[in-house]
Amino acid sequence: MPNRKQLKHKHPFSWERFKNQFRNVIGNPFNVIVMFSLILLFSLIVIPLFTMIGNTFSVAKAELRNIPGAQIGDFTLFYWKYLLASPLTSAILWEPLLHSLTIGFFVTLISVPLGASLAWLMVRSDIPGKKLLGMLIIIPYMIPSWCKALSWLAVFRNSTSGSLGLLTGLGLAVPDWLAYGPFAIICVMTMHYYAFSYIMVSGSLRSVNSELEEMGEIQGANKIQILRKITFPLVLPAVLSAAIMTISKSIGSYGVAANLGNRISYYVLATRMKEFINDSPKGVGYAMSILMILLASGTIFANQKMVGVRKSYATIGGKGTRSNLMHIGHAKYPLLVMIALFLVVAMVMPTFVLVMESFQIYTGGGYGLENLSLYAWIGTLDKAPLESYAYNGIFRNTEFVRALLNTVKLSIIASILTAFCGQFFGYISTRGRGKWYGRLTEQFVFIPYLMPGVAFSAIYFAMFSQPRLGGIIPSLYGTFMLILLVSIVKHFPFASRSGSANMMQISVELEEAADIAGASFWRRIRRIVIPLAKNGFISGFMLVFISIAKELDLIVILMTPANYTLSFLAFEYSKSLMPQCADAIAIIILLFILVCYRIANAFGADIGKSWG
Amino acid sequence: MSRIELQHIDKFYGENHVLRDINLTIEDGDFMTLLGPSGCGKTTTLRVISGLEKPQNGVMMMGDRVIIDAEKAFYEAPSKRNLNLVFQSYALWPHMTAFENVAFGLQIKKLSKHDIEERVMSALHKMRIEEFRNRYPNELSGGQQQRVAIARAIATSPKLLLLDEPLSNLDARLRIDMRAELKRLHRETGTTIIYVTHDQVEALTMSTKIALFKKGEIAQVGTPLELYTNPIDLAAADFIGNPRINFIDGKALFDGSELRVTSELGEYRFPKTAMKTDEEYPENKEFDCVLGIRPEMVEIETEEGEAGHSVQATVYASQPAGSETLISLTVGKAEFLAIQIGLNEYDINQNVFAILHPSRMNVYNKETGRLIKYASAKRLKAR
Repeated sequence: MPNRKQLKHKHPFSWERFKNQFRNVIGNPFNVIVMFSLILLFSLIVIPLFTMIGNTFSVAKAELRNIPGAQIGDFTLFYWKYLLASPLTSAILWEPLLHSLTIGFFVTLISVPLGASLAWLMVRSDIPGKKLLGMLIIIPYMIPSWCKALSWLAVFRNSTSGSLGLLTGLGLAVPDWLAYGPFAIICVMTMHYYAFSYIMVSGSLRSVNSELEEMGEIQGANKIQILRKITFPLVLPAVLSAAIMTISKSIGSYGVAANLGNRISYYVLATRMKEFINDSPKGVGYAMSILMILLASGTIFANQKMVGVRKSYATIGGKGTRSNLMHIGHAKYPLLVMIALFLVVAMVMPTFVLVMESFQIYTGGGYGLENLSLYAWIGTLDKAPLESYAYNGIFRNTEFVRALLNTVKLSIIASILTAFCGQFFGYISTRGRGKWYGRLTEQFVFIPYLMPGVAFSAIYFAMFSQPRLGGIIPSLYGTFMLILLVSIVKHFPFASRSGSANMMQISVELEEAADIAGASFWRRIRRIVIPLAKNGFISGFMLVFISIAKELDLIVILMTPANYTLSFLAFEYSKSLMPQCADAIAIIILLFILVCYRIANAFGADIGKSWG
Repeated sequence: MSRIELQHIDKFYGENHVLRDINLTIEDGDFMTLLGPSGCGKTTTLRVISGLEKPQNGVMMMGDRVIIDAEKAFYEAPSKRNLNLVFQSYALWPHMTAFENVAFGLQIKKLSKHDIEERVMSALHKMRIEEFRNRYPNELSGGQQQRVAIARAIATSPKLLLLDEPLSNLDARLRIDMRAELKRLHRETGTTIIYVTHDQVEALTMSTKIALFKKGEIAQVGTPLELYTNPIDLAAADFIGNPRINFIDGKALFDGSELRVTSELGEYRFPKTAMKTDEEYPENKEFDCVLGIRPEMVEIETEEGEAGHSVQATVYASQPAGSETLISLTVGKAEFLAIQIGLNEYDINQNVFAILHPSRMNVYNKETGRLIKYASAKRLKAR
């Protein structure tokens, strides 16, 4: 008898038992959904990843002449040798790697303290005008980083680019090192990623009960001591996470580095990799993207090891604890002025210059009425004020109209599908909390998060640039389908996290109550889950929508002219002699994003939950 | 309907064995309370009965109908068990009004609109909340939400009503009101009720039967009176009763006809007829035992009366609390608590005489912790 209580009883096999078990599993739509989701995730994430890894070890057609006696598909170390141990290694690997690391290091070094201090001032101090400042500080995060690069160019461009920027136009000689290259990239990325640290640290600060600080005060600590010994250690995990994420993201970022580096042949890993993939040998590009993935995921795992839980880089939600503000006394106004100046330099000025440039005839030609026109918006080539103009104004430009339609189509379809899948994955991982399928779903969904956008699209490029499954899946290169697919899967982690958060709020008991009342699975979903998940779904949808609409890194490898999106078009135009059109497109996107955020906000979306 | 039988139910969460060989019979019309501290398996048992959890071993019957047969991996769907459940959190659907919440199950049963209306209103009427029918759950107070949850559960006229700690989120006054409400509901509908709680007062006041849980096993099943007067072991005795039972260590010797217990309180002899026969204890050999004495069984006299079993004690502290007075007493090294109705004044260190009734004492074997001598449940003669 005691034994029976201790051991799990193994039931003998019987057909009836088997039949019932089978019915229990198959008869429950939840199980079917779980199975379907796991298969989907496996084939959209794991298989492409391994395909790309496989590609770096097998001979492709383009390299036949370089590898004597080889057949297509033979095992080879050619690509890895090319990358790691060839005379080119220092130029194609070490130098870009060093550049990437340098940029990552400095961006983190500046943006994390900046963001963290701003967060402290906004959350814990009694600085005036918080509501407005808090909103303004976050705006840069909504602006795509490549838009910021365009603004930078609008100010600092020099004769190297052909068209002049604001400063050169004023007669100041802007050296190349200031206009392009590492300094410019670091500045622009800092202006983007500080908001990232700001959001994470302010979330963490909000969850710190001010009584902890007050206790320190009662013990006789002064403000600096309290800050150093109490507040800082409490938010340290958030600061560390922010630092790690900033490194990881700035190393993987493509758009800024391409806009500001390529002109003077300053390459980072991401830009170098893209050249290889779009030219040859592609295998080397794939190998580089594996290195990038290892680098990015390595830092994220290091973060998990250091900070502990995966959730730690989620912005920790406020617990609504009482929070008394710290008086910063006379430092208040000087600090306010500094923040205001910072915002003007970081946001107002560049945006202003960008907007103004879109109206200029000669960039750098000043803002006199004789130099202003609406050409970049509505002009046509036959009435162009300058011979060098290559396109109509954007609203008369078929390329723009097509890109606009593409963007809208891509964003809408991709974000609906992503948000929908995200809710289901979230449902599975919350309802399967602690069960194998819940964990597996979470892990699968998490993989795309570890990969920089460019590297992720390299995987899809490797997978779908040729027919698969003996032609059942045709080559998708150059199709809208491929761009759609990559946009959807890359946003799975984000969408499913918002889905999990959403589903977490719907207590299982609400469903169980309906189950007992006799409601079937689908009826429960329809009558209980969907009505309750609606707002969370819409806000998750809007955030994915915005993210896809402004995406550049993710699609740059996969682009063919028929599929140009607005952000890619702006990127292309900015390389031409007519940056005004690129500016105009960037402004359109900015407006679009701000409007979408307003709508998302109305549904309770929190910008802190979006990923830059 | 018919009785419910659980036979050899085992439930594991991974390696965690949360229900260990549960055997329980619930008769038609019972108000069965599953009582125990948190984490003892009582809610899991309820969820197994409801169908929300599937046990790995065991059989469950409702009358002649097999509901669970783990051997054959057969588990009847919750909705086909003709039962309903009230959750601890109430689990009211926040996007539906009180009316819609109650009507949901009836709509699924595809009743006509008229029938639904009638039955919802009757359920709301029974719980006396008709006027709140168009309110959403967040517009109702905790007590009102509770009533909606119960109305929702009874609207489908289930044969079995399961209640999972339904009163634990209510304040003390509402709790007493709802206890009365539930008792009336049980009487009026005749529905079998299974009620989970960790509150022994709820269990004692409402149930017809109590199953006492301990670490995933059922320690004892009985009527409230049986459980209160003769808890099966020291842990059960300690858990049931407020203020808690007094334990006094002693030495026992059983000579085959009589149990002799010596302690700080003196010597008591208990006849064999009062002893539990199926328990282990040594014969003709002294062993450690524990006397269990309920505080209300201790009478206090200021002068030595002629009645036997009186022992001189010293007042350690006295706590008058309006309707009752708690008096801590010491006899030698032994300490125990007495409770008296009404306000009584005692001085600290005052000498009094405690009258103890041996027939009302429990005796436990200290080594096994099990009850070896029953206390009589007969009323004491009125004083």
